[in-house]
Amino acid sequence: MKDDADLDAWIVASADLMKLPLDPAWLPAVRQNVKVTFQLASEFDDFPLPDDSEPAPVFGA
Amino acid sequence: MTDLSFAKGFEIAQAVLKGDVSAQNAVEAALSTIQTRDQTLNAFTDVTAERALARAKAVDADRAAGKPLGPLAGVPFAVKNLFDVAGLPTRAGSKINRELPPSQHDSPLIEKLETAGAILVGALNMGEYAYDFTGENIHDGPSRNPHDVTRMTGGSSGGSGSAVAGGLVPLALGSDTNGSIRVPASLCGTFGLKPTYGRLSRARSFPFVGSFDHLGPFARSTRDLALAYDAMQGHDPEDPVSTTRPLEAALPQLAHGLEGLRIAVAGGYFRNQGFPEAYQAIDHVAKALKVSREVELPEVHRARAAAYVITTTEGAALHLDRLRARPNDFDPAVRDRLIAGAMIPSSLVVKAQKFRRWYRKQVLALFKDVDAIIAPTTPCTAPSIGQQNFTLDGVEMPVRANLGIYTQPISFIGLPVVAVPVPLKPLPIGVQIIAAPWKEDVALRIAHALEEQGVVVAPRPPLN
Repeated sequence: MKDDADLDAWIVASADLMKLPLDPAWLPAVRQNVKVTFQLASEFDDFPLPDDSEPAPVFGA
Repeated sequence: MTDLSFAKGFEIAQAVLKGDVSAQNAVEAALSTIQTRDQTLNAFTDVTAERALARAKAVDADRAAGKPLGPLAGVPFAVKNLFDVAGLPTRAGSKINRELPPSQHDSPLIEKLETAGAILVGALNMGEYAYDFTGENIHDGPSRNPHDVTRMTGGSSGGSGSAVAGGLVPLALGSDTNGSIRVPASLCGTFGLKPTYGRLSRARSFPFVGSFDHLGPFARSTRDLALAYDAMQGHDPEDPVSTTRPLEAALPQLAHGLEGLRIAVAGGYFRNQGFPEAYQAIDHVAKALKVSREVELPEVHRARAAAYVITTTEGAALHLDRLRARPNDFDPAVRDRLIAGAMIPSSLVVKAQKFRRWYRKQVLALFKDVDAIIAPTTPCTAPSIGQQNFTLDGVEMPVRANLGIYTQPISFIGLPVVAVPVPLKPLPIGVQIIAAPWKEDVALRIAHALEEQGVVVAPRPPLN
């Protein structure tokens, strides 16, 4: 999503769906955090893993 | 022993056992030091003086009656304020949780330390809900670094780092989800132990990211870390991930030194993004250990990214109801990260957890050829309080989220780590000694050997 206005619209809609309050003054910081999180997610999202790989929701060392 | 404030815990315990110092003397000295130095350091949020003095008198009465004393007899300690302490609300650095009723019982780790003779003197400042690497807290003010009070302690166990480095207590407990023991240990110049995930009970402590949360000790010596760690081990059915492994005492292992241990330096990712002092510290430790071998953990940047995504989403799930009901009572920096985390698609979180299992397998394979890996703890020495950004490899980044770039990929898979302090001037910085799961003793042996050589030491800060 290249346009901040599009991203802001997605954030406002998501907040509404999640029943989260969102003061317009918070939007720039929330947007920045959303951008950073998606950017970081892209670092493992494109890493190939086999279909039968198991998640580790509770990790036992 | 004239200055108890910088005595090691084991020295206090030996003095109490011999009768050179009473437990009451030790506790009164700690309370006096807290009263004076904490006006500057702001490490404590609660001081439990009445309870501590009563406990000290009981220890002294036991000694007078000829009863056996524990290995931490008379040693004052304090805990990050996310541990339950009977009679106090468990605030977890927040405004919201301090309105909760007082806890009915102590955390089991407090109970175990007190069974070993240690004496709780209070609860410590921390970043709100542990989502922090700075040691700053909008509600309680920042904890301050004893080596330069204009600088950060690191977080989120900032009060723990400050209290131990500043000589307020010889021993403190903290929590480490992504680096919150190791980062303040590095910036404040103390030793810190993040045990294997599941080793120490987290029951009756306030969580952050359940699949990453660990508890562990800070101290000014490896011997104190080992004493506390040994006292706190043991299965606890109240913590669903608590191990059923038998107790594996680390203290008797310390004297074994470096004999037979294969050690390597972490290369690749861990040789990038740091300031020169981070590499200076690594080179200093590697030289002392006569280590030239380098190993590369695979895909570390992806591991750090996956840890970040799991943290923000799992943290958001934990706090969703509070975000809905009381958003204005959060630190805005925490709230805005959690709100963003609540919006991240679950498909990405599942992919992060799948990657985690893959990464764990690759890293554990490295431990077939090495017993320990050394890596920087933080990319820099303590930044200034309030500093928002720093530049890592030419890229300006927020301090708050990036002080843990070297710690996150390790706690992500639950490996045990001892953070050791390298006394650079003007500020100390830490090095991580990383071992295979359940091999805390290996990391502690290496830390102890470095301490014996004088290579690592918790430096005494310029405080009155």
